[in-house]
Amino acid sequence: MSTTSPSDAPPVAEPRFESIPALRESLRQVDYLADEGIAGIVYLADRLGKPILVEGPAGTGKTQLAKSVAEVLGARLIRLQCYEGLDEAKALYEWNYKKQLLRIQASRAQEEGGGGWDDISEDIFSDEFLLERPLLAAIRAEDPVVLLIDEVDRVEVETEALLLEVLSDYQVSVPELGTVRARQIPMVFLTSNNTRELSEALKRRCLYLHVDYPDMEREKEIVLTKVPGITESLADQIARVVRSIRQLELKKAPSVSETIDWARTLVLLGVEHIDAATASDTVNILLKYQSDITKALKEFGDDKAEFAKADGAAGG
Amino acid sequence: MPGPVHDELEAGAPLLDLLSGFIAELRRAGLPVSLTENLDAMEAVRHIPLEDREAFKYALAATLVKNHAHWRAFETVFEVYFSLRGPQWDMAADADQLPEGAEIDRIEPPDGGAEGERQGGMGEGLTAEELAKMLFKSLLRGDQAMMRAAARQAVRRYAGMEPGRPVGGTYYQYKVLRNLNLDEVLEQLMEHSREESPEPLTPLEERLERDEFEHRIEELRKEIEAEIRRRLVADRGVEAMAKTLRKPLPEDIDFMHASREEMAQLRKALQPLTRRLAVRLARKRRHGRKGALDFRNTVRHSLSYGGVPAEPKFKYPRPAKPEIFVIADISGSVAAFARFTLHLVYAISNQFSKVRSFVFIDGIDEVTRFFEGTDDIVEAIHRVNTEADVVWVDGHSDYGHAFEVFWNRWGKDIGPRTTVIILGDARNNYHASQSWVVKEMHKKARHVYWLNPEPRAYWDTGDSIVSEYATHTDGAFECRNLRQLERFVDHLV
Repeated sequence: MSTTSPSDAPPVAEPRFESIPALRESLRQVDYLADEGIAGIVYLADRLGKPILVEGPAGTGKTQLAKSVAEVLGARLIRLQCYEGLDEAKALYEWNYKKQLLRIQASRAQEEGGGGWDDISEDIFSDEFLLERPLLAAIRAEDPVVLLIDEVDRVEVETEALLLEVLSDYQVSVPELGTVRARQIPMVFLTSNNTRELSEALKRRCLYLHVDYPDMEREKEIVLTKVPGITESLADQIARVVRSIRQLELKKAPSVSETIDWARTLVLLGVEHIDAATASDTVNILLKYQSDITKALKEFGDDKAEFAKADGAAGG
Repeated sequence: MPGPVHDELEAGAPLLDLLSGFIAELRRAGLPVSLTENLDAMEAVRHIPLEDREAFKYALAATLVKNHAHWRAFETVFEVYFSLRGPQWDMAADADQLPEGAEIDRIEPPDGGAEGERQGGMGEGLTAEELAKMLFKSLLRGDQAMMRAAARQAVRRYAGMEPGRPVGGTYYQYKVLRNLNLDEVLEQLMEHSREESPEPLTPLEERLERDEFEHRIEELRKEIEAEIRRRLVADRGVEAMAKTLRKPLPEDIDFMHASREEMAQLRKALQPLTRRLAVRLARKRRHGRKGALDFRNTVRHSLSYGGVPAEPKFKYPRPAKPEIFVIADISGSVAAFARFTLHLVYAISNQFSKVRSFVFIDGIDEVTRFFEGTDDIVEAIHRVNTEADVVWVDGHSDYGHAFEVFWNRWGKDIGPRTTVIILGDARNNYHASQSWVVKEMHKKARHVYWLNPEPRAYWDTGDSIVSEYATHTDGAFECRNLRQLERFVDHLV
């Protein structure tokens, strides 16, 4: 247990990545195609020892980035999924009350009135009775870890404060034990879907990375890597269609994962060439709102729009 | 090449100066850059190989810009500051030499500023036809380097830039684009692919081709813009240019004076904003104070304490959702504002029990019907602007008449749960004000608010009579940009 001692300052981390191109290449090897911005910022986060706040539309691979970096580093991924009502006991640590109670009872039975409270309290507030939650686990880890704090915008502003100590000093204060410092500065990713403005204090401590939908070339590559057995020409067509669809004003533009699903479907159906008919038959994989589907069909000059509408209505 | 920590001497002092100037300009442009972030940026660039311009840019962005809406503003400032400063910045932009086989590069070596003299004047490098051909070819192939060369040539030929002339970049840009006539080029490109294709293009293919070419033309446009900016910066210096190019952040764009491009930005900013508002409002509603004691529930839970009501339970608070009436002036000067507010209100309409909307100029019409049964707010607003019956006599704002008609036809619908929001600048063209209507509304409704898109300093000047109305409302708010509009909506719920 690494309780505080002044000399125990956060260790200077060995750089994990040699250079930006090298990082990009290693990410590629685990099937994550990073663009220059993404790779650059991950590299920088490592050098500066700072967390990365990743923002962007849903389904653009924010969480996947953290997973892939963990894979590249051969590190354990510790994930804290945020939700409304997340508190200290779920994020940091908790005392194992039941075990503590049992311990008290056991010692009473043993000593029959003997043994002061002091002994017991020394005993029950020790490591043995501490339940580690993700943040503390990441701080105390001996092996390399990557900490992913997912959808941080879901917690209330007040709960955000919980994260600040961890993110800036890589330490956690447990009143009964003192301050626990990190043995190593872990890579930290925070993701946000931007449903609310995060506090200035949190943003200030992080590097900011906005992950947007990939451009056509990159999306094509992603499809090629992620979908086995797809031909280059089909991937190209897919990327083009998706780009065109994203230009429409939609309620929800297709995400990268939806693009991949669509590509898989087309491969399964044995489609070689996307024509209007295949597109409209399978467009419900890309778009999830009926109004979006209607709009897309209308835009792409397809006279089957009426048919598909009826079809969609019958289907759901 | 591993990015070593750079020696302070190598790039130290001048780089720091440059960064300080850059950050100062970011602040002037309205970006909130804190001291910590400033230091982070300085630290960050020490780890980045300086010759890598893109990496340098991302390093600065990651440390200084924490809001994606500010990205454009950042990019503009970055381009201005680092387009010329120090050879190492410029190299990256110029390094992409012209493609082989393109005769142009031998005619015109692409070097920063002095090419004019050597060639003995502007536009002697290529004839107009050659340029057009080059442009066409570069777009057809999607060849970045060639596009850049074409953009350069086009600016040289058509912009007619004169040193020291205090004209903004948009003027030159307009001149170049008009001469290039890109719409026609697009049609030519489409024609070309139609001919190339063995079979006639299906509508889908045609659409995809068009999108591709439009995308490339957009890139060309950006190249032209960048080239003009480079030249302006070379001519007039960084600080002066940064000032003229400074653009408001999306949330600060004035509704009444937004350019077409700014309008597009506003629309883009509106969507995340509505989502954020909806989440925030829903959360607020759920987390208010606790409701009254729930007796039944308390007794039920007391059983586990042996009948002692140890844990009081409260009713789930259900504050009533307000009912909203929007009455909007949609005459020319304030139309954009009305459009945005309507859009915003309808986008979060599930936070209200009912939304009814009325638009007027000198006549008034209810437009709720356009929004019913459709998900497409943009479409609905378009119909409001084209189909609503709002002209009574001459199509000049007449608040008095509009209010009077409103009161006679719909006044009875206003109840104690209604919140009335009136949008307009209250420029009444010296007609009768009929402010008694607002007074009556205020008596019956829960709240009446007035939103005015004009700066407060202009209120009650000329034919504006906003104070006369405002005295009968619960508050009149200046609402010139998204930031103020967001604050008001937040206040409303």
